[in-house]
Amino acid sequence: MKPDELNVIVATDCGSTTTKAILIERTPDGYRQTFRGEAPTTVEAPFEDVTRGVLNSMVELEELSGRRILDGEKIITPARGNEGVDIYISTSSAGGGLQMMVAGVVKSMTAESAERAALGAGAIVMDVMASNDKRPPHEKIERIRTLRPDMVLLSGGTDGGTVRHVVELAEFLAAANPQPRLGSSYKLPVVYAGNTDARGEVQAALGEKAELHLTENLRPVLERENLGPARDEIHELFLKHVMAQAPGYQKLMSWVGAPIMPTPAAGGNIIQQAATAEKMNIVGVDIGGATTDVFSDFNVPPPKGSGPELAAQRVFNRSVSANLGMSYSISNVLAEAGLASILRWMPLDIDEGELRDRIKNKMIRPTTVPCLLEDLKIEQAIAREALRLAFIQHKALAVGLKGVQRGRTISESFDESGSSDSIINMKDLNLLIGSGGVLSHAPRRCQAMMMLIDAFGPEGLTRIAVDSIFMMPHLGVLAQVHEKAATEVFDHDCLIHLGTCIAAASKVKPGGRGFDYRMTVAGQTRQGSVGGGEIVIEPLGPDEVAEVVIEPGRGVDVGAGGGRTIEAKVHGGIVGLALDGRGRPLEVPKANRRETIARWAKAFDAYPM
Amino acid sequence: MAHAYTPGLRVSDYATVRKQRRLPIAGEVLVSVGDKVRAEDIVAHAELPGDISAVNVVNQLGITPADLPNLMLKQPGERIARGEAIAETKPLIKWFRSAARSPIDGSIETVSHVTGQVMIRTAPKPVDVRAYIDGTVVEIFPDEGVTVEATGALVQGILGIGGEVAGELAVAGDGPGAVLEPKDLTDDLAGKIVVAGALITRAAFDRATAIGVAALVCGGFHDCDLRDLLGYDLGVAITGHEDIRPVLIITEGFGSMAMAAATHELLSAHAGQRASANGTTQIRAGVLRPEIIIPATGDAGAAPAGAKASPAKGLTPGSPVRIIREPGFGRLGAVKSLPPEARRVESEAKVRVVELEFPEGDTMIVPRANVEAIES
Repeated sequence: MKPDELNVIVATDCGSTTTKAILIERTPDGYRQTFRGEAPTTVEAPFEDVTRGVLNSMVELEELSGRRILDGEKIITPARGNEGVDIYISTSSAGGGLQMMVAGVVKSMTAESAERAALGAGAIVMDVMASNDKRPPHEKIERIRTLRPDMVLLSGGTDGGTVRHVVELAEFLAAANPQPRLGSSYKLPVVYAGNTDARGEVQAALGEKAELHLTENLRPVLERENLGPARDEIHELFLKHVMAQAPGYQKLMSWVGAPIMPTPAAGGNIIQQAATAEKMNIVGVDIGGATTDVFSDFNVPPPKGSGPELAAQRVFNRSVSANLGMSYSISNVLAEAGLASILRWMPLDIDEGELRDRIKNKMIRPTTVPCLLEDLKIEQAIAREALRLAFIQHKALAVGLKGVQRGRTISESFDESGSSDSIINMKDLNLLIGSGGVLSHAPRRCQAMMMLIDAFGPEGLTRIAVDSIFMMPHLGVLAQVHEKAATEVFDHDCLIHLGTCIAAASKVKPGGRGFDYRMTVAGQTRQGSVGGGEIVIEPLGPDEVAEVVIEPGRGVDVGAGGGRTIEAKVHGGIVGLALDGRGRPLEVPKANRRETIARWAKAFDAYPM
Repeated sequence: MAHAYTPGLRVSDYATVRKQRRLPIAGEVLVSVGDKVRAEDIVAHAELPGDISAVNVVNQLGITPADLPNLMLKQPGERIARGEAIAETKPLIKWFRSAARSPIDGSIETVSHVTGQVMIRTAPKPVDVRAYIDGTVVEIFPDEGVTVEATGALVQGILGIGGEVAGELAVAGDGPGAVLEPKDLTDDLAGKIVVAGALITRAAFDRATAIGVAALVCGGFHDCDLRDLLGYDLGVAITGHEDIRPVLIITEGFGSMAMAAATHELLSAHAGQRASANGTTQIRAGVLRPEIIIPATGDAGAAPAGAKASPAKGLTPGSPVRIIREPGFGRLGAVKSLPPEARRVESEAKVRVVELEFPEGDTMIVPRANVEAIES
C-alpha cells in the first residue's frame, strides 16, 4: 500500500514492562492520534510470546475506539469503515532489547566510534573493549566469555594503517568463543567495521567461531566517522537473529508492514527529524522501566581556528543507559545514585529502611503503579536521579571526534586519557523533550516539568515539552513509512508544550538577588524578582508568546554572561514560565531540605495539599 | 482489558514439575529415560575449557611475527608447564638468548603469525549437573542434559538469593505473621529447608548460617539486611549466583510481610518431607522465580480429584488475587467487579481499576496493575 493510501494506522511499542498501542487516523485536519491501549508485555513466562501482549493492547484499543481491529488473533487489513487498519508497525525493547559488546583499538577513538555506532542502532552497550583499556588479556577474554551479547561490533585501525591491534582483538574474541544470549542454535553475529586491510586476518581468526559480517570501516581516517554502514548491518542482524530468536517475534514480524525497530532507534529518529526541520538544538529523553535513552541533536560550530572550509554541522547522538529505569532497574538507580541523592528530592521525611524496602518492592513487582501520593513523590524523586545520571552518561558520549585536532598518531593515543568537551552546551539548548511513563503519565503535567528542570538543569532560555502519552517510538517507526503522518501527529498530538524555563546558569547565593523580570503578553506587563534559591511560575498559555526582559543580579548569568540583561520572546505552555533562580549546578540545601523541596513543589502547584 | 493483568506466583499442592538440566557445553549424559533420580545425583558431566592466557611472544622477544614459527619450542596442542619456555631466540652468542615463558600450566591453543600472540589454555574444569529434584528422567538431550519430572507441591517465591539446595522441609517460628528470631532456630534444623513467617531478622539469618540451615523461606526481608548480607546493593533482580548459605526465598516482598496463609499452610502440611529449593530469580527476559518443590512420594503423587494445573487466564469476577502494592499490600481477596472506565486514585493518577472483596467482608478499589492473580 502506498503511503498516501494509509488512512488508519496501528502502531505498538513492545517495551520491557508494557506494550503500548496507538491508533492513528487520517482526519480532515490531517493525521491524528486518536486512541491508545496498553497491556503488560508478554515476552516472559508464563506466556513467552510477545504477540499476546500486542493483541491484548489492541483489544483495549478496540474497546476504547469502537473500531474492530482483530478477527480472532489476526489483524484485519485493509481498513473499511469502522473495521480494520491499513498498516501495523512496531518497535521493541522487550526481552532486554538489543544487547551488544563493542571493541576498538583505541578506547577514545575507534572504540568510542564503535560505541556510538552501536548506540545509534538502538543497542544497549554491555561493554566497550579496547586494546588500551588497561585490562590484561585474560580478563578481556573472560569478560567476553561471560557476557553473552546478542552481537559484537569489532572495529579498529584506519584504512591502510596497522592491522596488528585489531587482529589481536579478533583473536581474543575467538579465544573466548562467546555464545549468543538467545539460544545456542546459531553462531554469534560479529560485525567487523575496522581497517579494511585486516579483513583477511580477522576472517581467519573468527571465521570458524562466529558469523562474521564485513562492513565499511567506521573510522576510515581519524578525521571522519562513517557509522552508517555498521548501523545498517546491526539493524539487519537485529531483525535476522535477535528478533527471530525472541519468543513470538517470528509471528510478530509476519504481521508488521515495516521492519520492527529497536525502541531507542525509533525514538531518536523522530527527535532528529524535528531538530532538522525546526533548526533547533534538542535534547530528548525516554525513561523506561529498564533503560533510559537520551537523544541530542545540536548544531555544532567548527573547531576554533579551523579554516573556512569547515562549516557548522548538525550532530545527532543517542545513548542508552542500560540499567537506569523506573521498574526493573529502579533499584539500580538507588545503587548508582546513592540514597542521599534520592532523599534530597523528597518533600517528606521517610525512614531510610522503609524507603529501601519500597524501592525493592517496585523492582520485584515492576508493573505496579503508585496509588498513594507518597509513593508518587518517591518515584518522582528517583526519576530525577535516573534522568540526571543518564544525561551525565550521554554528555560523556556526545563529544567531538578525538584524535583529530592535534593530529596524534595511534601510538600517541594509547597514552591518551583526557576527554574532549561535550558538544552539549546547555545555554544553546532550545528544546528539552521528556518521554516515558513517569513523565508522560505524571498526574499533573507540572510534575514532569519540575522533574525535567531538576534533572537536566537547563540554562538560559529553554522550552520544555513532554510526549503526551508516550508515543515517540511509535512515530519514529511511522516516519519510516509515512514521514508526513509522523510529523503531523508529532506536532499536534505528541508534543505537549509545558512552557519555557528561564534559569540562571551560574551559581546564585541563596537568599541573594537572582534576577528581575518583566514580561509583556498581549499588551499587559507583569514584573517581579526571583531570589537566589527560588523558583517562580508565571502563567503563560500554550498559544501565548511573551516578550521578556531579564535583568540579572551582579555576576549572575542568565545566558548572555555574568550580569548581562537579556531580552527575548518566549513561548508559553500548559504550565507556563518557570523562572529559576536556584543557580547551576543545582544544589539542594542540606539545611531545611524538606521545606525547600516542598516550597519548590508548591511554586509549581505540583501536588494536592 | 480483561486480558491485561499481572500473572501471579504459583502456590499449588499438586503440580507436575519438569526441570531441564542442561550442561553449559556439550558433554556426557549419565542417566537414561525412566531412571529414578535423587536431587543430589549427577545426571550429566562435561569438561569446561580452561581459562585462556595470552602471551605476546614477539613483544617479549623483540622479534617480528614472521620470525615466530622458527623460534617456537611448543606447537598448538602441546602441554606446557608454568615457567617453561614457549619460544626462544637463537643468537650467535648463547649468553644473549632470551625466552618467553608460560605464566600458567596448560596447553598451547593458538599461535598467531600476525600479532605474535600465543594463547595458552589451562586444563579443563569438570562440570557436573545434578538432578536438583527427586523424580524420573523423562527426556534426554544427547550430549546436553536431561529433563527430570516430579509431581508434588510447588511454591514460587518473589525473590531469592543463592542457588539450588535439597533437604527436609521444616517449620520454625509462630506462624505466617511471626518474626523469626535466633531462639526459634534449633540445632536440629541443620541441612533443612526452614519455613518462617513474616520476617527473618539479620540475627536469625546469622544463626541459621551457624547451624547450617540449607534454605530459609519467609514472607519478607529487609533490604538493608540484604545489602549487608551481600556486601552490595542489589541493582537488578537477577540472582542465583550468590555464594551464601542458607539460600533465602522471599514469598511476598521487602519489609515485614506476613506470608500468605495458603502458602504457609501448604508448606507446613509437608513438613518432614524432602524438598528442593532454588533461589535463582530473574524478573526480566525469561522470568525465573525462586521455588520450593516437594515431590510426592508413593501414592501421594496421585492427582487429587479435580486437580489440574490452571493455565494463566485473565482477571474475571471471582478470580482470587493478591494486592502487590500499598494500600493493602499483601491482602488476599477476590475480584468483585472490573469497572471499564479509568478512575483517579489518591496520587491523582487516572488508571483502570478493579474492585476487590475480602474474606473480612470489606471491599476496596485498587489499580488493576497493583494486583496479581493467584495461580494454583
